[in-house]
Amino acid sequence: MITLSPRKTIPLQLTLLTPVVAIALTLVIGAIIFATLGYHPGEALYQFFVAPISRPDQVADLFVKACPLIIIASGLVFAYRANVWNIGAEGQMILGAMFGGWVALTFPDLSGWVMMPAMIAMGMLGGFLWAMIPAILKTRFNTNEILVSLMLTYVAALLIDWTVRGPWRDPMSFGFPLSPMYADAALITRVYLPGFGHLGGLHWGVIGALVIAVAAWFVLARTLTGFQVKVMGDAPRAGRFAGFNPSLVTIMVLGISGAAAGLAGMVEVSANMGQLQPEISFGYGFTAIIVAFLARLNPLAVIGAGLIVALAELGGDSAQIALGMPKVVTGVFKGILLFMLLAGETFNRFHVRLKMPVTAVREVSDA
Amino acid sequence: MNGSPRPAASPPQVALLTATGICKHFGDFTANDDVSFRIGAGEIHALLGENGAGKSTFVKMVYGLLHPDSGMFEWRGAPVVIRNPQHARDLGIGMVFQHFSLFQALTVAENIALAMPPGESIESLSDRVRAMSSEYGIGVDPDARVHNLSVGEQQRVEIVRCLLQDPALLIMDEPTSVLTPQESEQLFGVLRRFADAGVAILFISHKLEEVRSLTERATVLRRGQNVGTVESRKKTSKQLAEMMVGMAVGDIERREQGVGEPPAIFEISGLSRDRETQFSTPLRDISVVARAGEVLGIAGIAGNGQDEFMEALTGEWRASSAAMITVDSHQIGTAGPARRRQFGIGFVPEERNGHAAVTSMTLADNALLTGHSLDNVVRRGVIERAQMMQMAGEIASEFDVRLPEDNPLASSLSGGNLQKFVVGREIIKRPRVFIVSQPTWGVDVGAALFIRRAMLELAAEGSAVIMISQDLEEIFAISHRIAVLYDGSLSEPVVAADVTPESIGLLMGGSHSMDEART
Repeated sequence: MITLSPRKTIPLQLTLLTPVVAIALTLVIGAIIFATLGYHPGEALYQFFVAPISRPDQVADLFVKACPLIIIASGLVFAYRANVWNIGAEGQMILGAMFGGWVALTFPDLSGWVMMPAMIAMGMLGGFLWAMIPAILKTRFNTNEILVSLMLTYVAALLIDWTVRGPWRDPMSFGFPLSPMYADAALITRVYLPGFGHLGGLHWGVIGALVIAVAAWFVLARTLTGFQVKVMGDAPRAGRFAGFNPSLVTIMVLGISGAAAGLAGMVEVSANMGQLQPEISFGYGFTAIIVAFLARLNPLAVIGAGLIVALAELGGDSAQIALGMPKVVTGVFKGILLFMLLAGETFNRFHVRLKMPVTAVREVSDA
Repeated sequence: MNGSPRPAASPPQVALLTATGICKHFGDFTANDDVSFRIGAGEIHALLGENGAGKSTFVKMVYGLLHPDSGMFEWRGAPVVIRNPQHARDLGIGMVFQHFSLFQALTVAENIALAMPPGESIESLSDRVRAMSSEYGIGVDPDARVHNLSVGEQQRVEIVRCLLQDPALLIMDEPTSVLTPQESEQLFGVLRRFADAGVAILFISHKLEEVRSLTERATVLRRGQNVGTVESRKKTSKQLAEMMVGMAVGDIERREQGVGEPPAIFEISGLSRDRETQFSTPLRDISVVARAGEVLGIAGIAGNGQDEFMEALTGEWRASSAAMITVDSHQIGTAGPARRRQFGIGFVPEERNGHAAVTSMTLADNALLTGHSLDNVVRRGVIERAQMMQMAGEIASEFDVRLPEDNPLASSLSGGNLQKFVVGREIIKRPRVFIVSQPTWGVDVGAALFIRRAMLELAAEGSAVIMISQDLEEIFAISHRIAVLYDGSLSEPVVAADVTPESIGLLMGGSHSMDEART
């Protein structure tokens, strides 16, 4: 029999060692799989882990890839800590992109100082409002927020598809489902690093994402708001006894996670696309769920987890391009990596014992 | 207690069950350390000890639910390894648990049939239940539906279920914790008849008086060790308590109030609450006042509206009108818990884990739980962490909370220590009104004494203390006035010195008039 018991104290060395062991095991198992399928294991692992970050500008692009994941996961952490399961960040992200796009497309002549704050506010509002649907349904009618938020994702996807094919389609787009290009003031600019110039696609949204993660950590760890969220998640009855309002907390965490996702959507379009299109996210809203859990719902750890997941994504692309590896194989490898990291986390927190069913009692027949 | 005294038996010559050197470890924790024990046919034997002393661990091994790491059991003189509960039942060992495992929607006979070997019809089983009922005077109707039965009746169903399997040894795990004194007395009568019929009874308890009244011998466990097997009636309750705790036990003194009625601080008038779910109890027109300097004891058996009443007092449930509850003539009936605390009320609900405290959080965070609306521990939304740590430390040192480390997780504290913390967390603020439910439930004797003393001191300083408790000994130990909650109605409070536990027990069982109770 295998028993798991929580460790009373977790030594620091163990915490530092676990991810190293997890990644080492991933490399070994990955190498075996690649070799079995006829790829050179060294080459495949190189494409996964080294090729995507072998130049400074590629490292910058890794951050760009991780940017929406970090923003969304920083918000999702609030919901999940409160035991509220917002699975619809993807849809909230799309609504944020649309609300931000509305500002950019309706008022193209605004100056940068007005345009950007307005787009940020509207992007967050879009995601916030989309998350209010499951929030109100849950607090009013006790519906399941998992189902409602998930299903609204598909509504959101159809909504943006319709707008860029219908009312917001650029008349000059030769029939492509694309909105007009944003004005320059509505674009998030790239960061100019003294001594380096522009590094890859590194834009100000990435800096914003890091600030957001740190801010999320502060709110969760140091404020009464964060305390309410944690108490409601850990012991809702104690939360009511403390005088916290469960409905309010539910609405708040769905609002925060929705607003964060909306902001990520607006940033993603404004920094990387410059116009609305039918597909503005590539599953970021879902991948961010993995990021949030990989980070053990700690916003500071979200930064690292976002980078790891982004690396796995980029590495998968790189292996597909360089080695012609099928997408399913890169998917399996990404899965192994995440599995190992989460499993390592479990071994870190729990003490595993193999227990023999036979006890030390002398075995004698029942008289 | 008025049961017929049985002669104190000397240790039986032929042991039914003998345990020798039983040890059981859970990780680093030693639950049973070299426990030896014997019980003979027809003997009523108490297993006495504080919570966590290893009583449950020991009987679970006897019943085959756990297995000893070392040591040996002998059954009727032959060594035996008790593999599982089925094996234990086959040997003739039955057990009645503290928490019942009855299906509420089924009848008594159907519930019993579920535990019996298949093949017997419900009708013939019902007949056997009736026969057994009348033979021992148990009073169980096989056709009754379980959800209509009182807790005491449900317990008798469990006992009958055990007895139908014709056990030679019956283990009872804290059977009286859910009973009124009258019901307990009835149960003891039944148990004595079993013993006369030759059944050995292993009776687990931490209530000293009943151990002395019912049992012949008592084995006392302390920290997993057998500290002695004694003849129960030759020891005083105090001596037994000292064996359990391992040190001298002090007494607490309830200071009687002076003449004249002190002013009412906290007032409830006409509080009613509808039945909200199938299992909740409605509150019916409750009116009562708590006066400065008194402990008002609210007695009653579990399930008579205690939880609903406590929620109405804390503000987790809000009354329909603000005037229904007042403190110092401020109307707070519709205020939430945080607002009520600002009026100087401190609360401790019954359940420590997940209600009074968040076990996954540190003590500083738990201090914040009921402190966040007070003083200035939160400044502009940001928690003053240093202040919370200091507050938790002060609570711990003033209320003798033993900490394994600085600012530990609440889950790392024992039940008694955590209870001292959640009580201390409120009392340290010197509340005008202190409202507590089951203050010493599942707490060791030393901690219980400490908590009761702290409540009396608070009252002596002029605060009003309202204590909801199912433990009648506790109610009588520290209350100045006593009211009884029965089926959602609260009786008129009476002065504790004027009534006996038996008369309060009648009210707890549903007698309506205080005149009936006042003997």
